[in-house]
Amino acid sequence: MFELFHEIQGTLSRNLMRTIATGFAVVSGLFLLIVLQGAGNGVIHSFQYNMGGFAFDAVHVFGGMTTRPWEGIKEGRLIRLDDRDLEMSRRHFPHQITTAIPTVTNDGVVASHGGHYVSSTSMVGVYSEYAASQAVEMLEGRFVNEMDLKEKRKVCVIGSNSCKDLFKEGGTPIGQQVKLGSILYTVVGVYKVNEMFNGSNFYVPYTTLCTIYNKGRFIDELTMNTRNIPTDSAMQQFIAEYTRATSHIHSFDPEDDRALWIWNQAGDNIQMQRAMNILNRSFWILGLLTLLSGVVSVSNIMLISVKERTREFGIRRAIGARPWNIIMMVVLESVTITAIFGYIGMLLGIFFCEWMDATVGNQVMDLGVFQAKYFVDPTVDLHICIQATIVIIVAGALAGFFPARKAVKIKTIDALRA
Amino acid sequence: MIHLTNIHKTYQGVQPLHVLKGIDLHIGRGEFVAIMGASGSGKSTLLNILGILDDYDEGEYRLDGTLIRNLSETRAADYRNRMIGFIFQSFNLISFKDAMENVALPLFYQGVGRRKRNQLAMEYLEKVGLKEWAHHLPNELSGGQKQRVAIARALITQPRIILADEPTGALDSKTSLEVMQLLKKLHEQGLTIIVVTHESGVAYQAEKIVHIMDGQIENIEVNDGSAHTPFGVDGVMK
Repeated sequence: MFELFHEIQGTLSRNLMRTIATGFAVVSGLFLLIVLQGAGNGVIHSFQYNMGGFAFDAVHVFGGMTTRPWEGIKEGRLIRLDDRDLEMSRRHFPHQITTAIPTVTNDGVVASHGGHYVSSTSMVGVYSEYAASQAVEMLEGRFVNEMDLKEKRKVCVIGSNSCKDLFKEGGTPIGQQVKLGSILYTVVGVYKVNEMFNGSNFYVPYTTLCTIYNKGRFIDELTMNTRNIPTDSAMQQFIAEYTRATSHIHSFDPEDDRALWIWNQAGDNIQMQRAMNILNRSFWILGLLTLLSGVVSVSNIMLISVKERTREFGIRRAIGARPWNIIMMVVLESVTITAIFGYIGMLLGIFFCEWMDATVGNQVMDLGVFQAKYFVDPTVDLHICIQATIVIIVAGALAGFFPARKAVKIKTIDALRA
Repeated sequence: MIHLTNIHKTYQGVQPLHVLKGIDLHIGRGEFVAIMGASGSGKSTLLNILGILDDYDEGEYRLDGTLIRNLSETRAADYRNRMIGFIFQSFNLISFKDAMENVALPLFYQGVGRRKRNQLAMEYLEKVGLKEWAHHLPNELSGGQKQRVAIARALITQPRIILADEPTGALDSKTSLEVMQLLKKLHEQGLTIIVVTHESGVAYQAEKIVHIMDGQIENIEVNDGSAHTPFGVDGVMK
């Protein structure tokens, strides 16, 4: 075996052009596959990164304004959600709604600490379950808890961006006082703000906000988590049913789609998942096609190379090479080339992905209102790299085997005359 | 050493060509035989059959007692490797291997280790006077040198017979003479040598000349010295 490898090494190193031509096909095929995969992953990861703190199964319901007359009442009536809607949401859709949490909001509040202030913020009264339901990510401290709610404590959880603006001196904001409107609240936590979605809310206990601003039984927003709604059409149907159920409470036309304002994050999510799947699949198809083109190039070169070497094989056979010796030699040459260059292609691809990660991967796109990364972690699973390399090595073996088998079927004497 | 009995060979095709029409030939150990004939007479086909490069349709071929018939390619390759040394008109050296590696190649297929192979190859190159050229590629050698490398390669497995197909066909008269003298020397050392040629000058270096015509042996002539050489003593007709 060692002797055979030495023989192959001699052949490969003395036919350098042929070796490099074959190798180049392998390198480029694998390199492109890995880079394309990496780029695809970068885009998909950036989606996921920018969606951090985004509850993928959430549906938000707000009161709207009727656009149709109903049972003697004119259109143009404002609908305000209240505890009956909460009850209904919790009871009527056990298969679709897993949690329904009310929030109350106080908009246009100025928040200040010392000499620093943030204007036009919203105070949002929440229950403790809100954090889990809306995937709020805590950076420091804690979220609103049961004790806060029970004792109607004046505590707040602030966004990371407001934290930066209010606590410019540095140091931990936890335990410090922030003035929201005209009342002081103690900061108990800082959450990570996803600027694409939740702006800069100040979360305070639901009970506290209800009491201070006298919200009564009214609810500003119903936040629900849903399940068993796999498609867009199922989501449309769910929304229609939900609207119908609410219409009985507030007496509006069940067909009136403006009476409630439903922000359907879950539906967006279905579409986004589909977009990501398409993206992922198309990168795979592109990658596999480049891999295929690599395989085809290797096969082509092996085919030509074997044909070119018919006479050489004839000589080898005349002086005693068995057909199997010839086939083994060609297959091993092919495998050696694809393995060595496949490895190089894989390494280059991985290095390129790492380079992309180090440069483009850290760039932040500033859209003014929010910032987003558009290329995150553009790298490929090592398993995929290794599998692709194995695929091209196997293809190389086959690409060597079939022409070689054909070559040894030629009679030795005819091969010598070639 | 070689026993051919009633060998027939037909090339199948649109117009089947009956090339060998019953060849009976016996060649003993240590003989130096030339097979002579015009082109198309079937002499090359005969040599190919002798060299197990081609098979025959009818008859019997025994090489050193072994019946050579309907062999698998693998068996044929093994017999060629161990029993026969080839010398071709066009040398048939592998272009990307140097002289030493070309000579050593048959031993590679016997599974001989590289060090041993190369050492033997150097010995045989020395015998043909090309020791200094061991690391030259074939295209850096002259025609005569290439043929001497080929002879060394044919000898390295210590075969029972040496088959030479027009060994001087691609050489000028001076180098032809050198090659033939080398073959004669090998014969003197006891090797069985069969040369196919259409040049009488080459043929008359042999002890025995088999004349072939239209696929049959016309006559077998025993060479008594250089009397028949039309172009003088030791001359090689070109």
